Amino acid sequence: MQIFPCPFCGPRDETEFHFAAEAGKHRPEPAPEVTDTAWSDYLYGADAPKGRAREVWVHLTCGEFLLLTRDTVTREVLDAAALPGRGEAAT
Amino acid sequence: MTRYSALALAREGLRGHRGWRPAWRKPDPKPAYDAVIIGGGGHGLATAYYLAKNHGVRRVAVLEKGWIGGGNTGRNTTVIRSNYFYPESVALYDLALRLYEGLSKELNYNVMLSQRGMLIAAHTPMQMEICARIANAMMLNGVDGSLMGPQEARARLPLLNDAPDARYQCLGGVWQGRAGIARHDAVAWGYARAASALGVDIVEGTTVTGISTTGARITGVETDRGPIACDRLGIAAAGATPGLVAPLGIRLPIHDYALQAFVSEPVKPMLDTVLLYLGTGTYVSQSDKGELVFGGGLDRVPTHGQRGNLPVQETIVSGLLEMFPAFGQLKLLRQWAGVVDVVPDSSPILGPAGPEGLFLNCGWGTGGFKAIPAGGWLLAHMLATGAHHEVSRPFDLTRFAEGRLIDEAAGSGIAH
Repeated sequence: MQIFPCPFCGPRDETEFHFAAEAGKHRPEPAPEVTDTAWSDYLYGADAPKGRAREVWVHLTCGEFLLLTRDTVTREVLDAAALPGRGEAAT
Repeated sequence: MTRYSALALAREGLRGHRGWRPAWRKPDPKPAYDAVIIGGGGHGLATAYYLAKNHGVRRVAVLEKGWIGGGNTGRNTTVIRSNYFYPESVALYDLALRLYEGLSKELNYNVMLSQRGMLIAAHTPMQMEICARIANAMMLNGVDGSLMGPQEARARLPLLNDAPDARYQCLGGVWQGRAGIARHDAVAWGYARAASALGVDIVEGTTVTGISTTGARITGVETDRGPIACDRLGIAAAGATPGLVAPLGIRLPIHDYALQAFVSEPVKPMLDTVLLYLGTGTYVSQSDKGELVFGGGLDRVPTHGQRGNLPVQETIVSGLLEMFPAFGQLKLLRQWAGVVDVVPDSSPILGPAGPEGLFLNCGWGTGGFKAIPAGGWLLAHMLATGAHHEVSRPFDLTRFAEGRLIDEAAGSGIAH
């Protein structure tokens, strides 16, 4: 069992967490001007990085979303942080 | 290439087996080829074989960073089936199954195909309705699917837990009699041997470090053993595909996860079919050596590391013991994982991408082994003709922008 850190609850079992998306995705807007290609890239596109990755996860037990910095080869969790506020960019 | 036969076996037996030769050549890469394939797993090797056999393209190299069949081809649980839902999928997976049915003869290499049938077992009336729907879809699509009742299911699975307090009471399920298992290493080795005999260079221990283009066209690949020129490039590299095409500005709808598999110590024959239980998500078959080969759902942590995590291991093993309490006496022999390239609709990506001359065969996720002959057949067709085969066309990368996904979340058999 791996322990993941939640910025709100502290260290918890990995089974309490669920991967949501790669970080840095921004919903393309305004909708009428968004091409099919840009929309499908937003919906489905992924970098699937090998090594250091920034990801949005949800801690299912507290319901909060968070940013994890992980190594996708070793599975080591390098950092956990709250999502940035409205208007700030998540990278 | 020396033909394998009963006579050759007898002759070598009398000579102390000193006459066997390596099954494929180990050439150094040449500076240029007509076509290069990245990835020496089943799909890449099958592609090379069908390029040479079906299309007469013999100046072909397969570049493999490790050893052939050392990735997912050698890590899967060897199940072959075509019990999918949509016509496009059945056309694809049944092409593979039909090619598998003749493969040992075709390659002169025993891939040990054992069509022992597969049951997807249900334990609620609602699941049985879905099973009936899948069986009906299979029949409409022209493959051998049928709905199996509880008596026959229990007769086929004598050790199945049918105690009154069992958590999952088997009500039957979807049966495909032509489904089965094969020897996964033999599929890779058989294709490698047959392709090598037709002139294909299989280059192991060579890593592709970059793809060269003139912008609009493929011109070759950069490797750790120098550049190799080609104007047609096929990529059959599963989870490594996103990283290979990223420098070309191509982003794929692929997430990489680990999928685990397990093998028990060998025991006498007690399970002569393939079972996937909807209630537990665990699937199991017994190998010719007597080992139980089983697996279950994905690790839900994106990863490129070929190892599994403990919670999923616990879920899969407890699922197995819920179905077959007697298996609790067995020891686990091995446990491992492969990196699978999972796509949102659980269907593969087959077709051109980016610069002219580049074709992809990826996104098989948890089910690539069963599709090896078809994946190779279709990628070879695209590399040789520059155009889609009618079976591969629906699986083009453009389906995501066009919104015509082929959602086989249920057909893939494993929760994605």
